[in-house]
Amino acid sequence: MSATLTSGKGVRPPGTADTAAPRVRRSSPLRRRRSIAAWGMAAPFMVLFLVFTAWPVLSSLFMSVTDIKSRDLQNPFAVDFVGLENFSTVLSDPLFQKAAFNTLYFVVVGVPLTILVALAIALALNTGITKLSGFFRVGYYMPVVTSIVAVAVVWRFLLQPENGLINEVLGWFGIQGPDWLGSTTWAMPSLIMMSVWRSLGTLVVIFLAGLQSVPKALHEASALDGANAWQRLRNITLPTLRPTMLFAGVITGIGFLQFFEEPFVMTQGGPLNSTLSVAYLIYNTFGFGNYGVAAAMSYVLFAAVVLLTVINFKVLGERDDAAGPRRRWFRRAGGAS
Amino acid sequence: MTSTSTATATKPRGTVGSHLGEPQPRRWIYVVLGLGLVLVVTPFIWMLLGSFKTNGELRQNPPTWWPQAPTLGNYQELFTRLDFPQFFTNSVVVAVVVTVGNLVFCSMLGYAFAKIDFWGRTWMFRLVLATLMIPGMVTLVPLFVLVSNLGMVNTYFGLILPFLAGAFGVFLMRQFMQGIPDELIDAARVDGAGELRIFATVVMPLCKPALATLAILTFLGSWNNFLWPLVVASTEDMYTLPVALALYSVGQNSTNYGLLLAGACVVLVPVLVVFLALQRHFVQGLATTGLKT
Repeated sequence: MSATLTSGKGVRPPGTADTAAPRVRRSSPLRRRRSIAAWGMAAPFMVLFLVFTAWPVLSSLFMSVTDIKSRDLQNPFAVDFVGLENFSTVLSDPLFQKAAFNTLYFVVVGVPLTILVALAIALALNTGITKLSGFFRVGYYMPVVTSIVAVAVVWRFLLQPENGLINEVLGWFGIQGPDWLGSTTWAMPSLIMMSVWRSLGTLVVIFLAGLQSVPKALHEASALDGANAWQRLRNITLPTLRPTMLFAGVITGIGFLQFFEEPFVMTQGGPLNSTLSVAYLIYNTFGFGNYGVAAAMSYVLFAAVVLLTVINFKVLGERDDAAGPRRRWFRRAGGAS
Repeated sequence: MTSTSTATATKPRGTVGSHLGEPQPRRWIYVVLGLGLVLVVTPFIWMLLGSFKTNGELRQNPPTWWPQAPTLGNYQELFTRLDFPQFFTNSVVVAVVVTVGNLVFCSMLGYAFAKIDFWGRTWMFRLVLATLMIPGMVTLVPLFVLVSNLGMVNTYFGLILPFLAGAFGVFLMRQFMQGIPDELIDAARVDGAGELRIFATVVMPLCKPALATLAILTFLGSWNNFLWPLVVASTEDMYTLPVALALYSVGQNSTNYGLLLAGACVVLVPVLVVFLALQRHFVQGLATTGLKT
């Protein structure tokens, strides 16, 4: 909100410009006019952005240290400051711990799995097949554009124990498939399976682009020196792909940490809360009207997003400095927030 | 990979280079990729076929692949008993307005960020960029409080306004516009054109690829958006498609399989058709957003 007030300085009328001169490096009427134009062009976006994005982010932080509930909407003065009480309530709540564990499970298994499968597909597509390459790429990318809600509805039927397609196919091989979504053991792997299926395509495209920067000459030289395909993959391709992997890890991780639609449609968090995610718990807490607690939870989730990004940089970012603008971009985005 | 290595190792030296420069397509790679593709595409085909089956057939064990008695009954029910035309309209209205808004606002700010050196540019850009990583859940509660204080719960305004100015779009447009030569803009300035005119007549026509990408991604994001419409739309006449589908699938229609599959088709098929028609833009767009800078 305060930012809109300072905007007044930028569009100061020409008469008062001499006082503003030290701040502007080269103050000329032309320059000032350009500055005014820039502020004019920025204004519509910035107003919407400050009201509907920046303010809620700050406001959420305020709420997380108050006992605000849904009924306080009519009576804002009934809200009390409670310090970090919400956070300690949240962190010691067994249900939150369960949700945090589930979310971690989903991320720790799902993200590397997505990366591995996508990398394998990208490497296969990069072996010089030209005929159907575009066709394959489009096919693998298809699930990415779809609504999670809709595909979750479809997958719920595919995963049915009695007459679902998946258990039917497993039956051909003599395997008795489990009651996927009805079992505390298999519900989460089912959601992970679907999420890997849905987010593969993005990473395939990203890895294919990354593979273009792998130096061919290096491959040829090392092949002449007798390095086999596996050695070349490990020592040439993967190190060159490091920044790409970092990018892939960060975007997939951020998405997976927030999973919500999948359990909402497929399991409602069950059975026995085995697929209750943090995002889902926030939604439920919000639904019960405990706004302060929900806000505190959302900041814990936010902290997890930041932490995951930092871990990604630590694991994948250190050794290679040739990452270029992409990496700086993320460092800036991560550092500022 | 193993077969590659043996092939490379046993080949006479002279052919190694040409083998790597233009690798021979290997049949097993086609087979593996083809099998993978079948796995990826099967759910869609099964959904489409299933939407023409009766509920009785969908409950059959073992499951059938082709509909035995194809019927349009599921779609009829969707469009007559349930209010899917309304949900469809809501989804389209919200997605179109959000897309147009983002195209206009993000490209204007993107131009200011990329090509005008003005006071406040740096901190503004940082502020916008900083919010890119913030989970939607963080703004959910205060945004709902704000929107309900503004009296916009269960209205188009409530569904649309929070998404009209996306940080991602600004980033995308700025990146693209930085690639436009400064000389071009300076020449227009020397000729006496104002910034708004330069933006509209010089820069925007050059930005068509970026605008196409932003339009596609924004529309898609809005079409598939679930959490916010779920919270803001409180009566059926304001539901968007994903909200309606999700609530039916967990509500009293949860065992009406045919209906739900037809509903999923209504949500997915338009998007898949558009995707297949414009797939080049999608893939290009992804490369632009992530990798090309």
